[in-house]
Amino acid sequence: MSTADLALDAVSKHFAEHKAVDALSFAVERGSFFSILGPSGCGKTTLLRMIAGFIAPDSGTIFIGGRNMQGVAPNRRPVNMVFQQLALFPMMSVGENVAFGLARRGVARAERRRRSHAMLERVGLCAAADKRVDELSGGQRQRVAIARSLVLEPTLLLLDEPLGALDLKLREHMKIELKQLQAAFGTTFVYITHDQSEALVLSDHVGVMNQGRFEQLGTPQDLYYRPQTAFVAGFVGANNHIIGKITGRNGRVFEITTDDGWVIHAGGHGSLEKGSAVEGFVRPEAATLARQPNDLPDAHPHHAGTVQSLLFDGANSAVLIKERATGRDFRIALPQTGRFADLKPHETVLFSFDPERAVCFPARAGL
Amino acid sequence: MIDTRARTDARAARHAGGGPWQARLTLSLLLAPALLWLGALIVLPHIELAILSLRKMVGPHRYEFTLGQYATFFKEPLYWHVFVRTAFMSVTATLLTLVLAFPIAWVIAKIARGRASSGLFMLCLIPFWVSETVRTLGWMILLRQSGVLPALLVKLGITAVPVELLYHDATILVGLIYGSLLFMLIPLISSLESLDNALIEAAYDLGAGGFAILRTIVIPHAAPGITAGCIVVFMLTLGNYLTPTLLGGKDSQWFTEQIYTQFITRFNWEQGAAFGFLLLGLSTLMVIAGLRLTGQRFGDVMRRT
Repeated sequence: MSTADLALDAVSKHFAEHKAVDALSFAVERGSFFSILGPSGCGKTTLLRMIAGFIAPDSGTIFIGGRNMQGVAPNRRPVNMVFQQLALFPMMSVGENVAFGLARRGVARAERRRRSHAMLERVGLCAAADKRVDELSGGQRQRVAIARSLVLEPTLLLLDEPLGALDLKLREHMKIELKQLQAAFGTTFVYITHDQSEALVLSDHVGVMNQGRFEQLGTPQDLYYRPQTAFVAGFVGANNHIIGKITGRNGRVFEITTDDGWVIHAGGHGSLEKGSAVEGFVRPEAATLARQPNDLPDAHPHHAGTVQSLLFDGANSAVLIKERATGRDFRIALPQTGRFADLKPHETVLFSFDPERAVCFPARAGL
Repeated sequence: MIDTRARTDARAARHAGGGPWQARLTLSLLLAPALLWLGALIVLPHIELAILSLRKMVGPHRYEFTLGQYATFFKEPLYWHVFVRTAFMSVTATLLTLVLAFPIAWVIAKIARGRASSGLFMLCLIPFWVSETVRTLGWMILLRQSGVLPALLVKLGITAVPVELLYHDATILVGLIYGSLLFMLIPLISSLESLDNALIEAAYDLGAGGFAILRTIVIPHAAPGITAGCIVVFMLTLGNYLTPTLLGGKDSQWFTEQIYTQFITRFNWEQGAAFGFLLLGLSTLMVIAGLRLTGQRFGDVMRRT
């Protein structure tokens, strides 16, 4: 608790019948980059606005820097926020935007100018101080929004999907820049996003949020390689999603049979009875592709299918295969060696995957 | 390269179904009603009034050029006293309207949601379904000595006898503000609606309190709307005849009354025309001064109205 810049204790918020945030407790270590990842409507924005102080929780307590924030107005919290649309002040110059918070604290004009210029220099925008906000590019505005908050040296910086409005190329670039900025300033960042790639690339820890609760809280590697729930497995990273029933068990590996009779094997979680409905997940890169049966490891069950389409995307290239018996789609990542560069649609191929690298969970309601 | 482009342009123009003169004809036909309206109702009468204000009759159908009408205005203290008073009262009424309209506009634009917001705006609009004369007479029924409010004051024991609430400067101001509130509200609401709530939250988040947000974010954003509202209300107030006359009585001393008197009672059209031009000059000067003072440009402001 002593090194936590942000700690939540059983924080809840309801809107009418809808539980936006449901008895959530977690702590964010000082100087770390923490992401809250979830689909839209999962309550992450509500959570962020409660931390910023724009809405009050129905119950529970929020501690920032060890201080209870109950009844503390947003303008008195040691927290600053980078808004989704950035919310730079168009009626002020870039320099005035950055100096705004200092002016509100009663910092003298000359000191204000010195500190805002120093901050703009750190984000590489010292030449833009006298420009108008609408003269800046998307990436520059982003940096102004962050500089405007960081100049106040907050305990916590909240970021509300700040990359959402940028185009793909700039977003990739800003991801790296954000991570470098966070490392350089050492401020605790709490970042919310629905983009799993942003969360994985940027964060030290990620909380995957769904229906007002954290499905799993862990490092990006934990979420990717060791998902704890079907939701996390489905939401983080690409996955082949297979629904079926348990028809057998061999140690930790379960045999799953789909409605149309395809049998696969996957490692299991929790108590899975024979006959219970499950969801299996197989990562595209966990499966191996081959033309000859002896190219596949003997220990793993073999499957066959025809190539439906090739999804070329440089390093992320994959092939979409139709399983022979059931016609189900199955996605397999292509090896970087270029060994299957000559693959053609309608070609028959074999594939297999290590059951230990596949995972299954009890089926969720509504599936 | 350039040749090809020129030929393509020419071909495009032929395809569009007309040369430049046809386009010009279409434009002038479209503008014709507005130009006719401006010309016949604004420009022509003003030319006539300008000629009237600068001549005097020296015999039947014989006129001479003179600045006498304008000189009379400056020589006669009553006239310029009324003139200054009208300007001062109009500015006061405009500022009070702004102060009163701003919170109302804020509630309609920012606090009320959906139906409540349009409902509140309807409430502001409804009085304007009744003619201005009837509305002003309504104030008279409320405020005259034998009226509703003085009777109520007696009943409550605040005054011993019914007091006359009509025929005070404050009464004129009340009537003027009441009549022009809507014209201030419309530009204010539209400029406040366009203010992104995230800006207010961002300012709040960066440590600003309510007053600092109003001063640094809301007012700079709404400035064109505020100026537009002030210009419209000032012009309406300055040129108002009915409200000052009915609520202020004989002694209301409003400049439009002087113009009316010259034209209708005295039948001195020349003097009336000169007064009319002085009033036009006054409102123009005040608007320019207002724009200068707030650092706005007329074009920006008019786009808000």
